Amino acid sequence: MQEGKASCERPAAVVAAMESAETGAREEPKKEAKGMTIMVGRKAPDFTAPAYHKGSFVPVSLSSFLGKWVVVCFYPGDFSFV
Amino acid sequence: MISISVDSQFVHKVWNDVELSKMVDGGVPFAMGSDGGGAIGRAYGVYDEVAGVDVRGRFIIDPDGVIQGMEVLTPPVGRNVDETLRQIQAFQHVRNTKGGEVTPSGWKPGGKVLKPGIGLVGNVWKEWNPKDVYGKR
Repeated sequence: MQEGKASCERPAAVVAAMESAETGAREEPKKEAKGMTIMVGRKAPDFTAPAYHKGSFVPVSLSSFLGKWVVVCFYPGDFSFV
Repeated sequence: MISISVDSQFVHKVWNDVELSKMVDGGVPFAMGSDGGGAIGRAYGVYDEVAGVDVRGRFIIDPDGVIQGMEVLTPPVGRNVDETLRQIQAFQHVRNTKGGEVTPSGWKPGGKVLKPGIGLVGNVWKEWNPKDVYGKR
């Protein structure tokens, strides 16, 4: 992936249903999460997010981890205590 | 490993540089994703619309992109990484045996596994005892 420019634009994270895995195309985040039930044993919703990774600003996509085990951890905020 | 919060990637960098790199040699080794607006958290059912943040959700996803485990905590309590690793090892064991061996409660690598089959119905007690893994409580 290409390193993104550290511009003032804030590209939003993009969530895509696995069924319509349109890669590359930046589209509005799908607000209606219907049909994307989160459940063990079901596909994880794919997403692409702006990210910081070892000194670079590079987007991260869940689908780039296919073939590997991956843990996705959400947390309330940077500089929070726990 | 991917971490995600609603903070920007720029704030992630500063947090890594000024604080996390003092806890982890070389700094955070994985991608720190930005979920401004909460679209990803919403898709995963962990976005708190009132607080405007992603709560402490953790998802174990297998090589096929299937969610095998999930855990969601409110903000004040931190996760247990050892337990996450144990679960991944258990899921990997099940996958490597194509489901032929399953891991009972309290299983750790090298521990007793069970082989599902008609002979095991009603007979788990002969194969596995909670005292063996949890002791007397």
